[in-house]
Amino acid sequence: MTDLNKFREDTKKWLDKNCPPSMRNGADPKIPVDEVWGGRNAVYKNPESKIWLERMGEKGWTMPTVPKEYGGGGLTKDEVKILNEEMFFIGAKQPLLSFGIWMLAPVLLEYGTEEQKKLHIPKIIKGEIRWCQGYSEPGSGSDLASLSTKAEDIGESFLVNGQKVWTSYADKADWIFALVRTGPKEPKHDGISFLLIDMASKGVSTKPITLISGKSPFCETFFDNVEVPKENLIGELNAGWTIAKKLLQHERAFISNFGLAAGMGSKRDVVSIAKKHLGEEDGKIKNTFYRSEISSHKIKEHAFGLTLKRAGDEGGKASATASMFKLYGTEHNKKRHELMVAASGVNGVAWDGDEFEDSDKNLTRAWLRTKGNSIEGGTSEVQLNVISKRVLGLPSQ
Amino acid sequence: MKLILTEEEQFLKDTATNFANERSPINHFRSLRDSNDPILWDKNLWNEMSKLGWPGIMIPEEFGGSNFGLSGICVVLQECAKTLTPSPLFATGVLGAYSINTYGTQEQKEMYLPAIVNGKLTTSLAVDEASHHNPFQTEFIAKKQKDNYILSGKKTFVIDGASSDLIIVLARTSGSRGDSTGLTLFVVNADQDGINKIKLDMADSRNYANITFDNVTVSSDAILGDLETAGETIDDILDIGRIAISAEMLGNAEAAFDTTLDYLKQRKQFGVLIGSFQALQHRAAEMFCEIELTKSSVMAAMRAADERSNDLQRLSSLAKTVSGETLHLVSNEAIQMHGGIGVTDEYDIGFFLKRARVAEQIFGSSKFHTERYANLSGF
Repeated sequence: MTDLNKFREDTKKWLDKNCPPSMRNGADPKIPVDEVWGGRNAVYKNPESKIWLERMGEKGWTMPTVPKEYGGGGLTKDEVKILNEEMFFIGAKQPLLSFGIWMLAPVLLEYGTEEQKKLHIPKIIKGEIRWCQGYSEPGSGSDLASLSTKAEDIGESFLVNGQKVWTSYADKADWIFALVRTGPKEPKHDGISFLLIDMASKGVSTKPITLISGKSPFCETFFDNVEVPKENLIGELNAGWTIAKKLLQHERAFISNFGLAAGMGSKRDVVSIAKKHLGEEDGKIKNTFYRSEISSHKIKEHAFGLTLKRAGDEGGKASATASMFKLYGTEHNKKRHELMVAASGVNGVAWDGDEFEDSDKNLTRAWLRTKGNSIEGGTSEVQLNVISKRVLGLPSQ
Repeated sequence: MKLILTEEEQFLKDTATNFANERSPINHFRSLRDSNDPILWDKNLWNEMSKLGWPGIMIPEEFGGSNFGLSGICVVLQECAKTLTPSPLFATGVLGAYSINTYGTQEQKEMYLPAIVNGKLTTSLAVDEASHHNPFQTEFIAKKQKDNYILSGKKTFVIDGASSDLIIVLARTSGSRGDSTGLTLFVVNADQDGINKIKLDMADSRNYANITFDNVTVSSDAILGDLETAGETIDDILDIGRIAISAEMLGNAEAAFDTTLDYLKQRKQFGVLIGSFQALQHRAAEMFCEIELTKSSVMAAMRAADERSNDLQRLSSLAKTVSGETLHLVSNEAIQMHGGIGVTDEYDIGFFLKRARVAEQIFGSSKFHTERYANLSGF
């Protein structure tokens, strides 16, 4: 037996033994489903969510390619492919959703010191610490580098004062990775540092922001004379902008998956919604105007999926095209939701109450949430600027 | 299915790029257009292409070809399209070679394929009979008379029809207009009595004809594939053609875009390069993205054809739709961004607009294929 075949056998056996019944295909629909983000204050409606996270975290398989010395799985790319396939075959749920995994850990691996990697990455992998991102400020949205939250050198530590906004789940997070101004006299890109801050520190407070969808996934985060130890600085002082840009690429790559209906494992499908609300004849959506618009959209989505695949096959060119994927992924996601809402008629704009099905009301909220996709992580217009300048080489004014 | 070129394909592509730039820059097309040449492609250039083995790319080695499949010929067509190179490569090297090799008898293959490989025989595919592509609307009749068939009717917009040596014609042997059954393909020598080719003047200055058949007698040996199976075979042949023309349209779009991008980096107004205006930058960035999507669609479709994937039909419609819409956008924006010189005949960019709109119609518009995509996807 080759090593890979043995790995497949072992993985299959391990999953069979360790993946709890409610975390895989055929789970009892009556058992509540958790959205597992981990952290110090995690609560679980289903105790098996916690068991599954602990077991996968122990193996390091929430970040399977990270070396074992940092708590990762230490697997090769081929082994990860096998792990994913075997998890897919039994319909295993992702054990952990995490900004630590998607954004912070990759830059820590690249820019962190040995101590920083050993301190933070294992806790991310095990889901023990939940992270949030402190980038945008009230006065610094698209022009992120103009940020003004300041960190003063007071000897052993930095003294942080200022305000962040659009911090996802800051009210639930344990730590924040933040961009702060450490060089007030330097040119704006050269005075920024990348700092890790414990949300339990004295002087940190958060306030949720209610969105048009009625939900509050984001917060405002305030820093009032917060003392942060110097060992929490990642990379060189005033060299945070490079790290920030790198992290944004990881974030954009993640958000662009929204463009594929399958990317978020969404159960909503524009075709079945259209057939339900507009009628069906010989297997076709009855209304030809909606049908042609839906087909046009499906074609674009298909072409986009093929382009993600091509970028994967080409390898290594992802950074040049990350902006394109962010732009298209989010614009397609908005378009798909607009089509689903339109095809649902008045049910597509249902807000609350018993007269409408949950699927209708949830669609309304989801549609409203997509409006933020082309703003967060760099607006569509910023992505177009990046493509014009960096990919096409068009001149600045 | 890997969406990257193999080493052989990359080599073919590089050869084609050099050939197009050195042997047929856009001026080559312009001088053909301005000449009174009835064929509108150059026989010497076609001989050179034949020496490079291009007409035989889709033909097996036993008949002298190189058997690189649709993918091989697509990369060549894409590169040649960048300089608007006119040649019989599409109608002969793709449509003729594929249909005879896939559906022909051993005798037909031996008779025609080696002649295609050495560039001595050109072919055309005669399908449509009206202004919009629709193969099942065929009324063209083939009537059985003892061992022969008598062909009568009119075919329109036949690519290379003004000059091809051989015509592959879609005819009705039974049933009536609109039926997908009762259709049969015939291979007919273009110089037979009763065939009249009427050359068409199209906006893109390429070789097209309407062809009338007035009681043309052919033997049953002229049938390509089995009697009355063309409802399926023609769709397969057309899908191969749709993917190949999509590759050409991608090449057209890439060239029109690159020319426009160069212009944005050279032209000054208000004392600055016009490429520094955000209003133009964003539109250029959007075109870049559409072209990237088109590359992936064309590549996935050509791979599906060579691997005989179950999803071939859907990917063919995907490629034709996406390339059609992208080229439509890019050809329009290219003119607008060039400003006044964009609408002069002296400047080349207008050629791409004219080519775009004709190519968009070939074997079904984006609208036709958006509908077909929906049918094939089960909605």
